[in-house]
Amino acid sequence: MSRVEIITPEGLRVDGRRPLELRRVLTRTGVLSQADGSAYIEQGNTKCLAAVYGPREPVKRAGVLHDRANINVEYNVASFSSGERKQKLRRDRRLLEISSMIKQTFETVIITTTFPRSEIDIYLQILQIDGGAVHAAINVATLALIDAGIPMTDYVCACSAGFVNDQPLLDLNYLEESADVPTLTVALLPKSGKITMLGLESRLHVDKLEPVITLAADGCMQMKDTLDEAIRTSTRKLAKTVLN
Amino acid sequence: MLKTKAFVRKTKRGAVVKVVKEHYLRDDIYCGVPSCRTCLSAQQHHHHAPQAAVLTSPRTTTKFTSPHFIVPDTNVLYHQIDVMEHAAFTDVIVLQTVLEELKHRSTPVYQRVRQLIADPARRFYVFCNEHNRDCYVERAVEESPNDRNDRAIRTAVAWYNVHLKDCIPAAATVLVTDDAENRRKAVAEKLPVYSVKEYVSSMADHPELIDMVATVNEENIDEEEKFAYPEHLANSQISAGLKSGAFFQGKLSISANNFLEGSVFAEVDKEEKTVMVVGREHLNRAIHGDIVALQFLPRSEWKVPVGVILEEEQMEKDEDGAVDDVAAKHAMDVDGVAAAAAAPEKVPTAKVVGIIKRNWRPFCGTIEKASVKSTGGMSSQQSVFFWAMDKKIPKIRIRTRQAEDLVGRRIIVAIDGWAKNSRYPTGHFVRTLGDVGDRATETEVVLLEHDVPFAPFSPQVLSHLPVEGEDWIVRDDLHLAGRTDFRHLDVCSIDPPGCTDIDDALHCRPLPNGNLEVGVHIADVSHFVRPDNAMDMEARRRGTTVYLVNKRIDMLPSLLGTNLCSLRSNVDRLAFSCIWEMKRDATVVSVNYTKSVIRSKASLTYDEAQARLDDTTANDPVTTGIKLLNALAKKLRAQRMEAGALTLASPEVRFKLEEDQQDPVDVELKELKDTNALVEEFMLLANIWVAKKVYQHFPESSILRRHPQPPPSNFEALQKAVAELGISIDASTSRALADSLDKAIVPTDPYINKLIRILTTRCMMQAVYFCSGTLSEPDFWHYGLATPIYTHFTSPIRRYSDLVVHRLLAVAIGYEKGYVSELVDKVKLKELSDVLNYRHRQAQQASRSSVELFTNLFFKDKTLQEEAYVIRVMKNGFSVLIPKFGIEGYVYAEAAPTPLNTKASTTTTTTAIQPSSPFTYDADQNRLVARAAAAAAAGTTNGKEEEEEQVEIKLFSKCTVIVCVEEAGGAARRSKLVVRLVEPWVHGVSVRLEDLVRAQKEQEKEAGEGGKVVKKPKRK
Repeated sequence: MSRVEIITPEGLRVDGRRPLELRRVLTRTGVLSQADGSAYIEQGNTKCLAAVYGPREPVKRAGVLHDRANINVEYNVASFSSGERKQKLRRDRRLLEISSMIKQTFETVIITTTFPRSEIDIYLQILQIDGGAVHAAINVATLALIDAGIPMTDYVCACSAGFVNDQPLLDLNYLEESADVPTLTVALLPKSGKITMLGLESRLHVDKLEPVITLAADGCMQMKDTLDEAIRTSTRKLAKTVLN
Repeated sequence: MLKTKAFVRKTKRGAVVKVVKEHYLRDDIYCGVPSCRTCLSAQQHHHHAPQAAVLTSPRTTTKFTSPHFIVPDTNVLYHQIDVMEHAAFTDVIVLQTVLEELKHRSTPVYQRVRQLIADPARRFYVFCNEHNRDCYVERAVEESPNDRNDRAIRTAVAWYNVHLKDCIPAAATVLVTDDAENRRKAVAEKLPVYSVKEYVSSMADHPELIDMVATVNEENIDEEEKFAYPEHLANSQISAGLKSGAFFQGKLSISANNFLEGSVFAEVDKEEKTVMVVGREHLNRAIHGDIVALQFLPRSEWKVPVGVILEEEQMEKDEDGAVDDVAAKHAMDVDGVAAAAAAPEKVPTAKVVGIIKRNWRPFCGTIEKASVKSTGGMSSQQSVFFWAMDKKIPKIRIRTRQAEDLVGRRIIVAIDGWAKNSRYPTGHFVRTLGDVGDRATETEVVLLEHDVPFAPFSPQVLSHLPVEGEDWIVRDDLHLAGRTDFRHLDVCSIDPPGCTDIDDALHCRPLPNGNLEVGVHIADVSHFVRPDNAMDMEARRRGTTVYLVNKRIDMLPSLLGTNLCSLRSNVDRLAFSCIWEMKRDATVVSVNYTKSVIRSKASLTYDEAQARLDDTTANDPVTTGIKLLNALAKKLRAQRMEAGALTLASPEVRFKLEEDQQDPVDVELKELKDTNALVEEFMLLANIWVAKKVYQHFPESSILRRHPQPPPSNFEALQKAVAELGISIDASTSRALADSLDKAIVPTDPYINKLIRILTTRCMMQAVYFCSGTLSEPDFWHYGLATPIYTHFTSPIRRYSDLVVHRLLAVAIGYEKGYVSELVDKVKLKELSDVLNYRHRQAQQASRSSVELFTNLFFKDKTLQEEAYVIRVMKNGFSVLIPKFGIEGYVYAEAAPTPLNTKASTTTTTTAIQPSSPFTYDADQNRLVARAAAAAAAGTTNGKEEEEEQVEIKLFSKCTVIVCVEEAGGAARRSKLVVRLVEPWVHGVSVRLEDLVRAQKEQEKEAGEGGKVVKKPKRK
């Protein structure tokens, strides 16, 4: 039994959400003028900034692919992102792993064959952390890529879900993640419903996996609506300035 | 649904980390009143299913006639939980603020409140005010968290009052708080508010409630104002002292014999030692089980363990501190002796300076009759004393209106506080259990006193039972996957008569290659009890099934325990099987563990199985199996004995109960037959092999069982005593001990060997569960069984540890593919094994108390003369064991003031210190010696010549005693067994059966005549 009561018998979570509710999402696109595309997302208290450069000429020759564009992902967690003061590791393996996970996720949706021998750089910076950093990063990367005008077959939407006391939970915050709740992060393509990434922290009973995946997928679809709305608003604004 | 307005709360955890949390405010938090239209329309608007309406009927009391709900604050729930648990309190709104505060203050109380909330009949409603948009209160600048919470509570009450105006006219929500400041503010805000006392006294239908109101912070104006304990130090001072080494901390355990003598196990000079705490002042209001901070006394004040038994009657008379004197006197006596003889070692002695954690729990006990003043009516409240059943607890002062009603009843009392100017703690009445001596009441007391959870299983737990209920069957399509089908085998079970929870079954058959196949089949409980559901949680909480003489407290619901899991004959059952291939000389060739389906061919009792063994003509498959098993068991046993396994003894008795009345009609000692040993042997085999397998797969997280080697010092006293009989006991290894026990025979008295085995058992350490990752491998050793590794696998119906081992083994053999992380979490398993050890110990003690209870019932109205052996000698008496009944009693070497002191204490004057004993205590040889002259004098007057010069009582002396039961009531807290010496004759101590019987009759007569004086049976 975990010491923290993750869901009260009244059905409220520590922050007052019900089990199947997402946190508040705030998005902005085009926040950086230097980058080709950029976006900012807040999922609850998790805040992430994305900048996309490219397609452009690769910096290193070694990175050149002859039939398609190469995607680089740099995922970073700011040292000021959490309350605890941590000694920063130079090349944190965990960060590299997440970077490559995100890279693989986007390789499936970006139409890279349009830009052979070029490079697309995605920089992801977590500014504040409160659980669910990976899925926030994927969501914001989608926004930034669209903002940069890079052709993609679909959105990539991500969401996490957990399982506690026979009850699946959507979109875990830091407190819930750290209370030994199994955390599943799912990224999917909303049009086809295909799952492009699935990661599970700590153990989850096999019988419970399916309901948790279903819930996370449901969360992804909700995210899609939010992201879509954000893109449409910004496009409308853009169209207005172009037309005027 | 979601308010998009997010609040950020900043709290400081520890000293440095700033925690930023989101706090969502919602507008879908409903009031819980079914007729509320506002909430109903809100629910429709949010497309919510209508929330469970809890607060169905606003309450009224005799004085407050307008309908209302009550909102208690945190302190009310915390201090007055006993009152709130009373059935008269319904329709209560519990605020989230209150619950959270409560959770931080005390988990047990929080859980009790949670239970109240879960009970639909009580209609306690949790209102999540912290997440309600209209009730959230932000902490103001310079406002303390407490004040902020009080304000939040008042805001919620105000909200309710406005909110309810539309649906229930004239309905109000009443704040109940004992905080005067809070009350003042509430009045200023025009909120209805009462203190607990005010409110409870308005409930005229329940006058008993007023007794249950705890007195908090009311300094007791004591009649003994001159008396004062030293002040307890503040927490900061304690922690500073602990850090600097001036104090040390430990858990206080009070001696069972003397409630003014406590001890703490603590580190002294880098060595674990027992530290004594002697006397009321030095104990300083600490009670048994408290975690206390202590300070050493100067070496000159160190004491020698007193070694006397204080009787309740003596405690009775300690109004003026007589007992302190008794204890002190004895201590001084010993000091005197010590000065003369070689000084016995003084023990480090300390005093309590502060209390770190209280161990106050509700206590069962009785009201002290002498403290009750007759009032005629029962209107006025009076202060009475309460004695807990637990002898280690001091008497508790309670205020009650029903004192006269409570005399002779078992009641529960909770301690509220212990002011420094009060000699005794103050408490309040919780509830009545029933009459003293009533079987059901006393059994409940046994369960309560040993913290055995015995409430019926909750509907939540029962919801996890198979839906088919009794009709559940093994279905080939569902259950056969991954299981071996053993239904064709001739499996049988052997259990005590009347056993309904059959855990284990056995089979044995010859193999074509000449070897034997042996199977142990254990009920597959883990199939039904899935990890972490409510049923699993409940089983984990209970830990074990508790067996009392007349009752069984199950760990699992009986549908599982006695039916679906129980390996009954001629039905298909799921099992977990261990199959060995063995040579004829009982060496194991191979082993296989598998989940299986079996169909037991016969459920036998030990006697039936024995009959089949003895029947040379029978050759049906089951009997042949048993015969093969028996042959193997004998060889296995020989192997174990060779390795050094111990055969110990304990005087176990079984009561024959009269069917309907449950009165014990006869006592018999449990005897062991071949078949008992047979089953035991194979269970041990299964446990050992499963332990090996599980440990191999989970070296860090197996639940195993170990039995540590007892330290040599445990045996010192026994070795010294048996040396006089020409016996030596070598406890260096279990093998040596087993051998020396076999040789410990006194030809003239065969019982001595058993007696030595019984006493050896008491020198042993407790066997305990542990998690394999927490100890190194050599420490896994099981001393008693002489095996390097051991666990419990064979009784999953009645032990939770076995269930965990089943789960581990299922994973180890690849049957269970996925498993929860808790199963392999070292820390959690350690916690679990600690809980299981505790429950196991409590269950054992509960069983023992139950046997004691029934022993007393058996001896009720009987006075028997029996043979006995001395098993312990102390300064003012000695313990004897009566082999025939397997009971123990204490014989006081001092002349008892009256033969049967049922009413003695109320009438005898304060002769606190009893007439001097004819015995003198010889500390050197640990014996009691009576002067020859006295003995001779007694002999002559009796017309019976005493042969010996002096009477000597030492270990293993044989004597004759009279056993009878002293009824509860008056001084005695419970009816207890009284043992009196008959033979050897010592003047002033020994009694004759005839005299006793006569005295009893006299007493009855006197009681009939209303006489009060009880005379000693004078010897003429």
